[in-house]
Amino acid sequence: MTDARDSVSFLLGHAPREIRGADPTMTVLEWLRGKAGLCGTKEGCAEGDCGACTVVLAETVGAGLRYRAMNACILFLPALDGKQLITVEHLAERALHPVQQAMVTYHASQCGFCTPGFVMAMFAAAHTAPVVDRGAVDTLLAGNLCRCTGYRSIADATLDVCAAPVDDQFTEAEATTLAVLAALPKGPLALRHGGRRFWAPDSLATLAALVEAYPEAVILAGGTDVVLWVTKQFRELDAVIAIGGVAELRELTTDGGVLRIGAGVCYTDAMAVLAGLHPALGELVRRIGSVQVRNSGTIGGNIANGSPIGDMPPALMALGARLVLRRGVVTRELPIEDFFLAYRHTALAPGEFIERMDIPILLEGAVLAVNKVSKRPDQDISAVCGAFMVVIADGWVADIRIAYGGMAGVPARAPAAEQALLGRPWNEATIRGAMAAIEEDFSPLSDMRASAAYRATVARNLLLKLYLDHAA
Amino acid sequence: MSAVVGTSAVHDSAHLHVCGTARYLDDLPEPAGLLHAFIALSPHAHARISAMDLSAVATAPGVVAVMAAADVPGVNDVGPAMPGDPIFAPGLVEYHGQSIFAVAAGSIGAARRAAALAKIEYELLQPILTIDDAMAQQAFVLPSKTLRRGNPEAALAAAPHRLSGRLAMGGQEHFYLEGQAALAVPGEDGDIVVHGSTQHPTEVQHLTARALGLSDHAVVCQTRRMGGAFGGKESQASLVAVIAALLAQRTGRPVKLRLDRDDDMILTGKRHDFRVLYDVGFDGEGVVSAISFDFASRCGMSPDLSAAINDRAMFHADNAYFLEHALIVSHRCKTHTVSNTAFRGFGGPQGMVAIEHVMDAIARHLDLEPLLVRQRNFYGAAPRNVTPYGMRVEDNITSALVAKLAETADYATRRADVSAFNAAHLWRKRGIALTPVKFGISFTLTQMNQAGALVHVYTDGSVLLNHGGTEMGQGLNTKVAMIVADVFGLSLARVKITATTTEKVPNTSPTAASSGSDLNGRAAQVAAETIRDRLAGVASADFGVPAEQIRFMDGLVSGGGKSQSFVEIVRSAYRQRLSLSSTGFYRTPGLAYDAETMTGRPFFYFAYGAAVSEVEIDTLTGEYRLTRVDILHDCGRSLNPAIDIGQIEGGFVQGAGWLTTEELWWDERGRLRTHAPSTYKIPACGDVPADFRVALYHNENVEETVHRAKAVGEPPLMLAISVLHALRDAVASVGSGPVALDAPATPERVLMAIESRRSQVALAEAAE
Ligand SMILES: Cc1cc2nc3c(=O)[nH]c(=O)nc-3n(C[C@H](O)[C@H](O)[C@H](O)COP(=O)(O)OP(=O)(O)OC[C@H]3O[C@@H](n4cnc5c(N)ncnc54)[C@H](O)[C@@H]3O)c2cc1C
Ligand code: FES
Ligand code: FES
Repeated sequence: MTDARDSVSFLLGHAPREIRGADPTMTVLEWLRGKAGLCGTKEGCAEGDCGACTVVLAETVGAGLRYRAMNACILFLPALDGKQLITVEHLAERALHPVQQAMVTYHASQCGFCTPGFVMAMFAAAHTAPVVDRGAVDTLLAGNLCRCTGYRSIADATLDVCAAPVDDQFTEAEATTLAVLAALPKGPLALRHGGRRFWAPDSLATLAALVEAYPEAVILAGGTDVVLWVTKQFRELDAVIAIGGVAELRELTTDGGVLRIGAGVCYTDAMAVLAGLHPALGELVRRIGSVQVRNSGTIGGNIANGSPIGDMPPALMALGARLVLRRGVVTRELPIEDFFLAYRHTALAPGEFIERMDIPILLEGAVLAVNKVSKRPDQDISAVCGAFMVVIADGWVADIRIAYGGMAGVPARAPAAEQALLGRPWNEATIRGAMAAIEEDFSPLSDMRASAAYRATVARNLLLKLYLDHAA
Repeated sequence: MSAVVGTSAVHDSAHLHVCGTARYLDDLPEPAGLLHAFIALSPHAHARISAMDLSAVATAPGVVAVMAAADVPGVNDVGPAMPGDPIFAPGLVEYHGQSIFAVAAGSIGAARRAAALAKIEYELLQPILTIDDAMAQQAFVLPSKTLRRGNPEAALAAAPHRLSGRLAMGGQEHFYLEGQAALAVPGEDGDIVVHGSTQHPTEVQHLTARALGLSDHAVVCQTRRMGGAFGGKESQASLVAVIAALLAQRTGRPVKLRLDRDDDMILTGKRHDFRVLYDVGFDGEGVVSAISFDFASRCGMSPDLSAAINDRAMFHADNAYFLEHALIVSHRCKTHTVSNTAFRGFGGPQGMVAIEHVMDAIARHLDLEPLLVRQRNFYGAAPRNVTPYGMRVEDNITSALVAKLAETADYATRRADVSAFNAAHLWRKRGIALTPVKFGISFTLTQMNQAGALVHVYTDGSVLLNHGGTEMGQGLNTKVAMIVADVFGLSLARVKITATTTEKVPNTSPTAASSGSDLNGRAAQVAAETIRDRLAGVASADFGVPAEQIRFMDGLVSGGGKSQSFVEIVRSAYRQRLSLSSTGFYRTPGLAYDAETMTGRPFFYFAYGAAVSEVEIDTLTGEYRLTRVDILHDCGRSLNPAIDIGQIEGGFVQGAGWLTTEELWWDERGRLRTHAPSTYKIPACGDVPADFRVALYHNENVEETVHRAKAVGEPPLMLAISVLHALRDAVASVGSGPVALDAPATPERVLMAIESRRSQVALAEAAE
């Protein structure tokens, strides 16, 4: 990449900062607490699960600023480029920020260690959608753990202060902030730190060329899986190619009955469209990670990660989605079920990457059900995730697609169960047959999330539930 | 009355918490030359170290020091009550994740990378991992104990009805949001200052001195605040602090040791898991005449605090119920797993889960409303008011409190609604339960019920206060400051509490057993009253009225129609060369307990409460939701209602987590596989019902506690037993037979309990 910048530029609060020569796989949290000496942002887990490290990134979208809560512990430094980083230290000016004041008024801190993270999650919410009811609070705060308060006080504070958009020093300074952000250097990044290389191309063509030239490089989308390789497994990444700067991959369009989602679209941006496709998809996305995780994580990353317990693949299989893969200038299409070859092994060839997902819009009369079953309802990984698309015509099963996560080394269709249903009358006997057939399709494993027996029972019962819910 | 005590003053650090300016251990400014330490953990549960070569570690880039068992100058043990917890494994490894050696280097990354270069050979031994294994091999960390009253064998044989069974409950990870951390700074002449995140600075001081071969007076331990503790930083903070201190002594440089979340969860102890066998005799009304309990808990590799914890489990095997003839046996099992430790409730919750299970089993056996059976068994008037350990229940309010809660929570109507809902729905089922709590307040080790404080009044009238307790979020400092402000008639803003340090108040007890404000509040009150009496003497001379008539209120000192500001009186006292500083000391009165026979009065008083929980379950997947909770809880005369309600809500939710989604899972090699929040699920906001009603029960403590308040730290945790029972109730609405639902009642356990009660065939038939 010629003309690429070798430093990361952003606003820290209102002050422009440029970081050169730093390790691009250093997390924003390490940088804040170490180099920047800002210790207000806490580390509770370093894996994106507790929210103690929540910061807010503001960026220019259209004519305004968009504020999003992020987990600083699973964000590599270059993610700051071109954005405004707001931490808990920036909120109180002459007096406490309304969000902070609400937390005090409602006695919503005890040990206080989780508090900065909650404050920042609430701050982002106060600048975006109004939080209207407790359900919305639960969704908003699913990624912030508090071990002391029992949450009631925090929920009350949130309902109070996030009910309407706040006016604060950030809204006041918006015009200036937009101007300063606009003036920050733009264009692709090519960073070096010792032998480590990090690229952030800004076009599909350069991305494709880089991935082809460096097939060993790690592709980085939202990083909600990749960063954990570094913070938890202490892996050293020699070469990283970030896709976040590629506008073509952030496109989301509907075209001839097909929804096309670019590989760089984060869950938050896809959520409304998917919910529009079917409410069950909206609910599934709502239960993936937390606001913070969905603000960076992508569906493309979920698929490419190749995990047997990723939540999107079963639903996408039930919908009959296809993947568009690119290597250099060549693209190919693949039904999503053909992408998963074996445990953590996918059909991606060296130098190839996912460009987008094509999801056919659900046919009139088709039933879709998606059931994510986990120990804890919010922000948990599935024990089993079942997705079902069925078309019933005149009491007969005219079309059926069943897929499960958590039941095998890969997310997979259930051919025997499908066979037991297709072309049969939609009645209990048929469903019983399909439930029995699940045993031919899968022999699940036991682990810390669930026993094999539980997984098998749930997989069967989800079919029964599908039937009971749509027996009429 | 008081202008301060009894108000909902906000936590004294609230404004710092919300700004991120409250400093936790890892936020302290780093001293020059700081080294970072890393502990290398054992990869095996049970093994002998046959060879250890750390030379490559020592010569790795950035490494300044490496220490293992042989390098400890003093005693290589941090066992709190008795030895058994080596700082570094001395040759025998007894759990997966045990500390083997430690490295100090310029950065944590360098220390961690260096540690991986160790060459250690292990000779593997067969580990004992479960309670059942330990019972089969009769492996114990401490001798079994028996508490007996009456003639349980004969009474059981004579009982009209008799039930026996087995239940199990899991352990619990503390998951304080701030992990274990310490910073040790060497001073002159070999002295050392340890900044710890600990509930027990005195113990850290003493164990550090012992390990480093120093006298106690050469070591200072200081704690400003903890980011949560819950018992997990009582004995468990010592190891981290002592290793930091050892490396600081060795290198002559400051050393910080902070465990990352995974290491913290693997290396440090948790709540004990229990298995319980019971045999109960009762009449047709469900009234218990005799019970036999056999408790076995998994203590892990060492005794740690297991003696007192298991004793407390035995003391709470009655909960709120009169057990006329009782035999309570407790086995303290040794396993090759991390040594289990203090956790909010300290064994009490496990005892209560056992007896509540029995109450539920009796009700279901007799087909009676569980609440009715519970009520029939409550402690009552003499002779039904004596606990199995012989203590009279003097201030028993259980019946009245439960009756009031049943009414305000509309229990009877909702019970009918639940039945109606269950009749109308195929695979969604609801359940409801009310369970009581009676929790004994005091350390059962009587000598620990003492506290000290130090109060200074400065000549500008501001007050500085130190006490032996530690602030972990429970609002202790706020409460104690309120008590002192009240003594002087000052506003809260005039009283400041600084870090707890062994330099100011020596030989303290841990901040534990809910005793923090009872003990330290009283000690601080005594100290403040000493100074106030001196000031009253000054005012009495000035105003010409007896000292007893001098009042301290609203920043004024008045008597005989005259008044002066507090500051003026303080200055007069200074000019008269009176001391404006005092210590205060308190010991809990009236305790008389014989540890040999396990009888007497181990507790000063009891705290009471009750909760109603309602759940809805999905009988096809076992998933559930807690839909409503009503709590009525007794804090005596609350020192600070907002703080007390915070403790109740937080304790309840933490208890609900223990009994529902928090599952510790070890593999067949004894490795904990749920060592991070991705796999270990504490409650999130959405697990707490929007309909969560908490009220305080107005009830002055009959004992003379500070302002007649009651302790509130631990008791509310056990209110969550109602959640487990609501789930049992919902499960019981399906099929027939016993409700085989152990804790934690994960969706998996709920589903399996349902599956064992009926086949799903009937359900689908009903759908036709
Ligand atoms: C706290 C937390 C909660 C989570 N909860 C859930 C959950 O509920 N359900 C769930 O399914 N997952 C969950 N995850 C996992 C993770 O968030 C998802 O898998 C997410 O979709 C990954 O997307 P990403 O953009 O962050 O991927 P990254 O981490 O950037 O990448 C993941 C993998 O995909 C590869 N990759 C990314 N984009 C491409 C591309 N375009 N082409 C080729 N390869 C690519 C990367 O090289 C890497 O191997 C959670 C993670 C965290 C930290
Ligand atoms: S530290 Fe827990 S989410 Fe970042
Ligand atoms: S206040 Fe302690 S974790 Fe939330």
